[in-house]
Amino acid sequence: MNFTFTPENKKKFDEYVKRYPQKRAALLPALWLAQEQNGWISGEVMEYLAGLLEVTPAFVYETVTFYTMYNKKPIGKHHIQVCNSVCCWLRGSEQTVDYLKRKLGVNVGESTADGRFHLSTVECLGSCGSAPMMQIDNDYFENLDEEKIDQILNELNTE
Amino acid sequence: MSSILNNNWNNPRQREIKTAMANGAYASLKKVFNMQPVEVTEEVKKSGLRGRGGAGFLTGMKWGFIPKNSKKTVYLINNFDESEPGTFKDRAIVEKDPHRMLEGMIIAAYAIGARTAYIYIRGEYYRQWEILEKAIAEACREGFLGKNILRSGFDLDIYQHRGAGAYICGEETALLSSLEGGRGYPRIKPPFPAIEGAWRCPTIVNNVETLSNLPFIMNNGAAAYRKFGTEKSPGTKLISASGHVNKPGVYEVEMGLPVRTFVEEHLGGVWKGRKLKGVVPGGSSFQVLTAEETSKCCLDFESCAGCGTSLGSGGFYVMDETTCMVKMLQYTAKFYEHESCGQCTPCREGTGWVSQIVRRIEEGHGRQRDLDLLIDVSKNMVNGRTICVFADALALPVISYVTKFRAEFEEHIKLGRCSLQNG
Repeated sequence: MNFTFTPENKKKFDEYVKRYPQKRAALLPALWLAQEQNGWISGEVMEYLAGLLEVTPAFVYETVTFYTMYNKKPIGKHHIQVCNSVCCWLRGSEQTVDYLKRKLGVNVGESTADGRFHLSTVECLGSCGSAPMMQIDNDYFENLDEEKIDQILNELNTE
Repeated sequence: MSSILNNNWNNPRQREIKTAMANGAYASLKKVFNMQPVEVTEEVKKSGLRGRGGAGFLTGMKWGFIPKNSKKTVYLINNFDESEPGTFKDRAIVEKDPHRMLEGMIIAAYAIGARTAYIYIRGEYYRQWEILEKAIAEACREGFLGKNILRSGFDLDIYQHRGAGAYICGEETALLSSLEGGRGYPRIKPPFPAIEGAWRCPTIVNNVETLSNLPFIMNNGAAAYRKFGTEKSPGTKLISASGHVNKPGVYEVEMGLPVRTFVEEHLGGVWKGRKLKGVVPGGSSFQVLTAEETSKCCLDFESCAGCGTSLGSGGFYVMDETTCMVKMLQYTAKFYEHESCGQCTPCREGTGWVSQIVRRIEEGHGRQRDLDLLIDVSKNMVNGRTICVFADALALPVISYVTKFRAEFEEHIKLGRCSLQNG
């Protein structure tokens, strides 16, 4: 399946390109835009962006695979990223991860069968003072305990 | 009074430009535009302001490295890639008072002659990116950004560039590689970014907190700034405190505050009435201090260096007496193994080896000779064997944990498990 930006996103993309003295610098923002539209960065997305930015598909691939936040495969609708770095560990992040695994019935790196949730553990999210914490899509949820996690997931389930 | 940065943090409307302006935001610009750029740099030099991103380099001196009369475009970059375990203070500035930071960027751009500035923001900080998009748009509407700012003839555009989950991009040359659209690979220095940075043009990379200090310095003068802090570490420092304390959070303290006072008075002491075991004062890239060492250590660059660690970025975390130091080091090593960019062999292999060995010890399969092996591997990662100092940032903590808590590591190996509560 071919990928192209929606007209609205193409306009945003053109705007991004103008911000830099060199076209290829717009690759990171272009990848964000494509991921927003497509959910993940497929081979078609990479080829399309390579064409727009006048770089090789290999250059795009190199960049995509360096950064953890670009999804290299489709994932569940909501991406749950639990911080499991040093400072969160001090405040119990291991228990947070275990609880989410049990509750969702998945291992880290997997999506639920209904495709609603994808569970990851990540390194420091800059929220050490309100640990344990997780990021779901664009939002941080901090000072977690089991009750709070239940509540957050229930709200996402009923939306 | 001991604050320069957080005066308006309790005002929930401080993010809005009208409120910020009523509280003095952008007031320094009139004065700044009546000065020559070189005079602004001189004032910052006199203030003794040092970079708040971790290295503590003198800000004014860094600006002074921009070649004079160069025909090339000059760029300013605001490093908001904050990702060091323990560090979450730049986020507080942006969430609570974003216009102070933008004002600082305008001052810095004017001083170095940049007409374009970028904010490199870590990808996870999506809501903070939204806050800044709004703040930048407001500043444009009020005429503080764009063409001919306040009829000074000075133009400045600020754009945000979102990272995508790579700690190394906080290293300034890796940041440049990422800004240019590639992998976040650090570059060999020299040339330093001030000579050859973004798109091989002169570039200054400053941290969010560093830039946010500039409005105070320009409004009140270098001498007023120097009334805070110590002779060599003037000003205040934002300390982001976490771990086993009663009141974690972001605190603005005068440089030179004793670590013990900070823990007892600001952080409400160690949680659950337990005893202090160790402190990392400046982020995970630096050495751990034992409880005993903390009693002589103060929060300024010199005192921390004197105690064999660093004030770094002010990522301060506390371990109570139940903390397993083997596991502490395992978690620290895991971070560096995950985040090594992979360019240089000592770092790519070394972080992996260290991580594996510590994991082996933690899981009960360690051998007594593993401790010397850890130190040996670490010593082969430091002192200029790699392009950037990322490898040192794991090696130094490793050596400190293993040396200072050696008995605990030995016991862990002997028993094949941890004898402490938190293990």
